[in-house]
Amino acid sequence: MPLPRTVLRLNVLFRSALLGGALLAACLTALACAPSRQGAPAAGAPGAVLRWGGDAEGGAPFVEADPAHPDSMRGFDVEIADMIAAGLERTPEFVQVAYASIPASVERGDFAVGLSGVEDRPDLRARHALSLPYFEFREVLAVRLADSTRYRSLADLSGKRVGTLGATTAYDMILEAQQTSGVIPISYDDDVHPYSDLVDGRLDAVLLDHVIAERALRRQGGFYIVPEALARGYYVAVFARADSALRDSANTILRARMRDGALEATFRRWNVWDEQQRAHFARVVAEEGIGAVAAAKRDNGSLRRYFPALLRGAGLTLVLSCLAMSIAVMLGVLVAAGRVYGHPIVRAVLTVYVEVMRGTPVLLQLFVLYYGLSSVVRLPAFMAAVVGLGLNYAAYESEIYRSALMAIAPLQLEAARTLGLSELQILRLVRAPQAFRLALAPMTNDFVALLKDSSLVSVITVVELTKQTAIYATNIGSWFVPGVVCALLYLALSLPLSRAAIALERRWSHP
Amino acid sequence: MSAPLTVRGLTVTRGGQSVLRGVDLDVAPGEVCALMGVSGAGKTTVLRAIAALQPFTAGSVRVGDVSLEPGRLPPESRLRAWRRSVGMVFQANALFEHLCVLDNVTLAPIHALGWSTDRAESVARSLLDSLGVLPRAAALPRELSGGEAQRVAIARALAPDPPLLLMDEPTSALDPARRGSLGEVLRTLASTGRALVISTHDVDFARAYADRVAVLSQGVLAEFGSAADILSAPRHAATRALLTLPKSND
Repeated sequence: MPLPRTVLRLNVLFRSALLGGALLAACLTALACAPSRQGAPAAGAPGAVLRWGGDAEGGAPFVEADPAHPDSMRGFDVEIADMIAAGLERTPEFVQVAYASIPASVERGDFAVGLSGVEDRPDLRARHALSLPYFEFREVLAVRLADSTRYRSLADLSGKRVGTLGATTAYDMILEAQQTSGVIPISYDDDVHPYSDLVDGRLDAVLLDHVIAERALRRQGGFYIVPEALARGYYVAVFARADSALRDSANTILRARMRDGALEATFRRWNVWDEQQRAHFARVVAEEGIGAVAAAKRDNGSLRRYFPALLRGAGLTLVLSCLAMSIAVMLGVLVAAGRVYGHPIVRAVLTVYVEVMRGTPVLLQLFVLYYGLSSVVRLPAFMAAVVGLGLNYAAYESEIYRSALMAIAPLQLEAARTLGLSELQILRLVRAPQAFRLALAPMTNDFVALLKDSSLVSVITVVELTKQTAIYATNIGSWFVPGVVCALLYLALSLPLSRAAIALERRWSHP
Repeated sequence: MSAPLTVRGLTVTRGGQSVLRGVDLDVAPGEVCALMGVSGAGKTTVLRAIAALQPFTAGSVRVGDVSLEPGRLPPESRLRAWRRSVGMVFQANALFEHLCVLDNVTLAPIHALGWSTDRAESVARSLLDSLGVLPRAAALPRELSGGEAQRVAIARALAPDPPLLLMDEPTSALDPARRGSLGEVLRTLASTGRALVISTHDVDFARAYADRVAVLSQGVLAEFGSAADILSAPRHAATRALLTLPKSND
């Protein structure tokens, strides 16, 4: 079966090239970072740099790209980084990092300090060196305007969907409310989409820091912030555990800036200063111990406690992949048949479909389907995931079927014609059954790829195996056990499938 | 079931080159006609044109009261009557690789003719039996020998009972003993009132089993007449060349 294998090989080649490119980029980044790793150069050494990490996707007032100079950052966390760097007589240098990865990244030495609205949490405190709490925030509930009198706390939201940013205190609070009052937790990778989904009706409430909620209200509006705080929390700077000396210097600097009003000025500039901060500053300057957030009750991450959730994630991955593959196969067959038998216009349209689907990232397609089209069609997240992956893979499947159809010898079709079979009968009885045997191996390969690509749907709030693993890993602060368990689960899903396909192929080729 | 084949002025042009020029053929029911000529003379093109697999630019082809017109091939839906009149056995057999012997033979009767499975299978079994391959009914094509595969291909083409059967180079893959038994099969088929056209360049085979011989040379009919006359007293250089060809399997 020369043709499909070629296609398969090209497919693999293409993906390898992408992967290779990504690896190369990662290596180059690592090389670029290596020479200037923090390694704590002596304070005041000429040209010494303070590398600090934050997530510019989190945006203002924390860290955002300056609209006037997109290469430079601004925000209160940027100013705090500048204050710390100035106090250490170093030059600040910004490193972009995903919010959830800040603690892990600082620990592996990508930068010396992480600052991006990082929350003070006991589990974080146990694993890293944290600065003093430089800002006190309130966890507030946002609901649609019509619900402003109905929902005042998580207890009022039994059976309702409540969204927040993953790996935060708010997420823990919602998880706890899931146990106590049946709230349905929805985890996001960013803090903008929860509010747009709230307004769109995909969520019934959002629980997040008041800074974020008020920003969303200013920018987007259309919802109501319940004034009573559900909890209080603190933003801290995070340092590597071994770097407590740097942390202590930073604390001294921050306390001094609290005393001299520089920090207040920064917070005023970013419109987040209030009387609550004044009282908080007074306590910090007086070196009062600040307790961790009451709601944060983290466990120590025993595998036994997380395993059921990982199994559920694996189940979801399997169901999601099977449904998406069914769509891909059915649609792929239609597209392939249309491209082989169809009118030239049909062929042209289908060719465009295949090229667009294969030529653009599936991540982008998922975003467009879920968020971009939400004003036209409001798909639930799971359905959007199934449809998005299905539509994307249909393009790949159709190419497999098309080349398999083309690989059937013309003589087989002519023989069928001389016997008086109609074109449809020839396709159904002669061409397709033989083509299917050729397509099986590349199809299996694609299904295994789909199983793994399904991890991308976490960007549209579906918590499948990889996302569940990430939650587990973030909670216990290590990727080792979660990574191994996750890999074993993926293998348990994909290996039987590959073996079944090999057995079937063998049966067809060696009677 | 019996219907004569009449070919008049068959002309095929491909890419500006004429492949066949004004070929005439008449084959009556009960006759075996051997279509002869060196490789490239146009034998297979004649068969493909009669089987409605190859459009022709001029002339006409008629079997009984159905006929084919020059020009583009009509869609399969308008070729139903033609397909029922003309059966074809390909040089490479072209058995359906994914179906067992019995299913290869019953496919067209069940799906194209709408027969019941029982009827189709009983006809298929008796055909396979008469061709000596019934014991292989459950085998897949790739498990068959060349001779067996050819007999199955003949059974498949005969199952819808076409009055005209075309065979492209049926002797090429067979050893001499097998050629003899193939010849007997052809005689039996002709004796039931079928017209047969087989392409071959095996002179001995044609002499032994064909009633008529048509010799093609560079797309033109060089000679057409009774096998005995033409092969014993060739008038055309192409026929003489055929007679002096060394015996080969192809």
